[in-house]
Amino acid sequence: MAKTINLTLHVWRQKGTQDKGRFEVYKAEGIDTDMSFLEMLDVVNERLIKEGKEPVAFDHDCREGICGACGAVVNGRPHGPMDKTTLCQLHMRRFKDNDTITIEPWRARGFPVVKDLVVDRSAFDQIMAAGGFISVKTGSAPEANTVPVRRQDAETAMDAAACIGCGACVAACPNASAMLFVGAKVSHFGLLPQGRVEAKERVRGMVARMDAEGFGNCSNHYECEAACPKGISVSTIARMNREYLSSELAE
Amino acid sequence: MLDAKIPAGPLKDKWTSHKNKIRLVNPANKRKYRVIVVGTGLAGASAAASLAERGYNVDAFCFQDSPRRAHSIAAQGGINAAKNYPNDGDSVYRLFYDTIKGGDFRSREANVYRLAEVSNGIIDQCVAQGVPFAREYSGYLDNRSFGGAQVSRTFYARGQTGQQLLLGAYSALMKDAGKGTVTMHPRAEMLDHVVVDGKAKGIITRCLLTGKISAHAADAVVLATGGYANVFYLSTNAKASNVTAVWRAHKKGAFFANPCYTQIHPTCIPVHGDYQSKLTLMSESLRNDGRVWVPKNKGDSRRPSAIPENERDYFLERKYPAFGNLVPRDLASRNAKEQCDQGKGVGPTGHAVYLDLGESLGRLGRDVIRERYDNLFEMYERITGMDAYKEPMMIYPAPHYTMGGLWVDYNLMSNLPGLFVLGEANFSDHGANRLGASALLQGLADGYFILPYTIGDYLAVQPPGKADTGHPAFGEAREAAVRRTGDLLKINGKKTPDEFHRELGRLLWEKCGMSRREDGLKEALKKIPAIREEFWRNLLVPGSGEEFNQTLERAGRVADFLEFAGLMVRDALERKESCGGHFREESRTPEGEALRDDANFAYVAAWEFKGAGREPVLHKEPLAFEEVHLATRNYK
Ligand SMILES: Cc1cc2nc3c(=O)[nH]c(=O)nc-3n(C[C@H](O)[C@H](O)[C@H](O)COP(=O)(O)OP(=O)(O)OC[C@H]3O[C@@H](n4cnc5c(N)ncnc54)[C@H](O)[C@@H]3O)c2cc1C
Ligand code: FES
Repeated sequence: MAKTINLTLHVWRQKGTQDKGRFEVYKAEGIDTDMSFLEMLDVVNERLIKEGKEPVAFDHDCREGICGACGAVVNGRPHGPMDKTTLCQLHMRRFKDNDTITIEPWRARGFPVVKDLVVDRSAFDQIMAAGGFISVKTGSAPEANTVPVRRQDAETAMDAAACIGCGACVAACPNASAMLFVGAKVSHFGLLPQGRVEAKERVRGMVARMDAEGFGNCSNHYECEAACPKGISVSTIARMNREYLSSELAE
Repeated sequence: MLDAKIPAGPLKDKWTSHKNKIRLVNPANKRKYRVIVVGTGLAGASAAASLAERGYNVDAFCFQDSPRRAHSIAAQGGINAAKNYPNDGDSVYRLFYDTIKGGDFRSREANVYRLAEVSNGIIDQCVAQGVPFAREYSGYLDNRSFGGAQVSRTFYARGQTGQQLLLGAYSALMKDAGKGTVTMHPRAEMLDHVVVDGKAKGIITRCLLTGKISAHAADAVVLATGGYANVFYLSTNAKASNVTAVWRAHKKGAFFANPCYTQIHPTCIPVHGDYQSKLTLMSESLRNDGRVWVPKNKGDSRRPSAIPENERDYFLERKYPAFGNLVPRDLASRNAKEQCDQGKGVGPTGHAVYLDLGESLGRLGRDVIRERYDNLFEMYERITGMDAYKEPMMIYPAPHYTMGGLWVDYNLMSNLPGLFVLGEANFSDHGANRLGASALLQGLADGYFILPYTIGDYLAVQPPGKADTGHPAFGEAREAAVRRTGDLLKINGKKTPDEFHRELGRLLWEKCGMSRREDGLKEALKKIPAIREEFWRNLLVPGSGEEFNQTLERAGRVADFLEFAGLMVRDALERKESCGGHFREESRTPEGEALRDDANFAYVAAWEFKGAGREPVLHKEPLAFEEVHLATRNYK
């Protein structure tokens, strides 16, 4: 049953990329436990606006865990305390009366802060442009059932394809690595027959771009998997590494 | 004067013969043309990628930080095609017929037939791109059924079909961005159109990061900016979905068609508090295995499991035995509302009915149900804190989709030459009610298979590269956008954009929502200008225009919703019949079902903007039916 709670928020405020930023403390009172985390921030923001202050900037859109826009580090964990949950799907019934909540943006070299909790994740698009596709032109596809795909492969590909590109994996990684993001895409395509044709170029292109964008390396902490709201497995990283090695051998 | 340019000849040959006859742009010339595509949902991303592959230079815009986050990403259930893999009698004709009938005979035959015709190619295209559709153990593609159809023709990727289709189109888009044939402009909001000599020649955008307002010129402009269901404030759409792009086009001369056709989706999680920011859809696919019911007795507050079978009213099965729980959305929604209005609603607010998968759980077992719907059950649990494996879900209708949109001809071009409109933003294929799994179909049909041909017919007679931001029309439009942004910032009143938006939403939901009546619509027409007037007097937007300012973004969108809402209500008032999602209480059969009036209303209502404060002018495009005969929809 819904009830209301009072919270103290420590929120990261940063005017722009160049600003140093600092924590500000806000009271969030009378928060209905049926609210989502973002609705709680809405309430705080409406109050800030009315006081003539700038509301806390945060990215969001679908508010149902699929667009990958939202995300913040809540009490030290990307997307907050619940497993396999985006920030927009986190509800206030997970918190207790008088809790203190710390809210910070993703912190990673590859994701500069834009403002407050908003970061620039355009590096992910750049990585996709470097190979995250199958080069079929519109209209030139064969009949869909021409090539059967083992159901198990299609399912595993779908597991990897479920990535929403939110960047929590990078934020969770001590090296700010984007290996889980890239591994997921490489695995999704690599598991399907239609994706095999360009597998080598894909993995090389995406990995090179990932390095160029300033993401770190993987040193097997597996924090990424724990933080991933879609439960993408680190086995995708292993698959990517295998594909990468075999592409080097083919050189 | 409104010429839909529907090709002559038999229905099934129209598209082929049209493609054979329309003008083409010489391959060597294509790179001399620049096309602006606003929106990177299914329609925009597929169009931008396909145009780039053909050789055009494309500038693509979206307001999200990445094109992959467009609202299409949230579609759950699936996409229709007439493959007839299950061998259950499906065909292009049947998909066409179901869509025309589902739309309550208020769409164009030729457009709908084409939609059905290209549906199969879309599945081929998506599979080739690596979309991991659900498969059977044989390795071949699986299908399921959806509302308003008696065949299984829906392709799906778990409960994330929209996501997978969009990621397919997005990866094609990024491929072209990597090659430099598409220039991607994320975090850019289109604020206005530029019309030069009566033709669409460019747009004005605001960079959401820096606030910089700039002009972009092109030989043609494509709008794929989605629907306007957020006019109701609470809807299943993503928070930032808005009417701005199409409304601004309307104000620059593009006709707005059927704005009152809005779809209220029957299976959403009910509203639970004033702070609520959006409503969440539970995919309609649940109706395949779920049964909708309310207690037979008013005010029965027992737990659902404590209510015995004979005290439950499975009202859809009772009233519509042929389609049962799979009746089209408008019927399912209206019937749920009716039950709640009679005091039989359940849950803390009484504005909910049960969607019960108990019987299927028993019949098919938990594993099968989990495989089909687990992500939906999980989503439900997260939001409500309740376990739908134990107790039936509670659902209530919510604004979801808008069939209305900018008027387009068969080539998907608006009456404003050079302005093309795709996907949910146009009005073209769904009549007065859209069938499930056909919006994804339409978006991709428009973007992959229709626009890439039809845009050539226009461009072939335009000298390339003539659009230039140096033309005074660009300067003027830019100045106007700068002024307007400044105006929003300097009011310095007391209310936030969301407060106005909520007020507008509540009014529309009551007076122009699931059911509409003349007096209510007239009342809304009086109240909307009052809200608008207060908005421009009492709005509060902190910060400046030269920075990342989300309150300012919202304010601009709400300002446009406030203008658009008047037209929507106007249209609802004008259409005195009931059809599809538009239910006029005055127009119903003795049994209370919606009553169409074909003699007087078998037309597309296309509205022309005549200036602020002046009455819009209604143009009627008559709907001629050559193939199907107008029948009363019967799902009994
Ligand atoms: C929860 C949910 C589930 C659904 N499930 C299904 C389903 O199972 N099957 C089905 O067929 N349909 C479904 N639909 C409907 C379907 O998802 C949409 O109709 C469809 O995706 C719309 O696609 P679009 O490309 O037209 O627009 P959108 O995906 O809405 O994209 C709009 C684009 O325009 C951009 N844009 C808008 N305004 C501006 C502006 N002013 N400046 C710059 N850019 C702008 C946005 O950034 C975005 O990129 C569902 C809808 C919802 C809400
Ligand atoms: S807002 Fe879309 S995933 Fe959270």
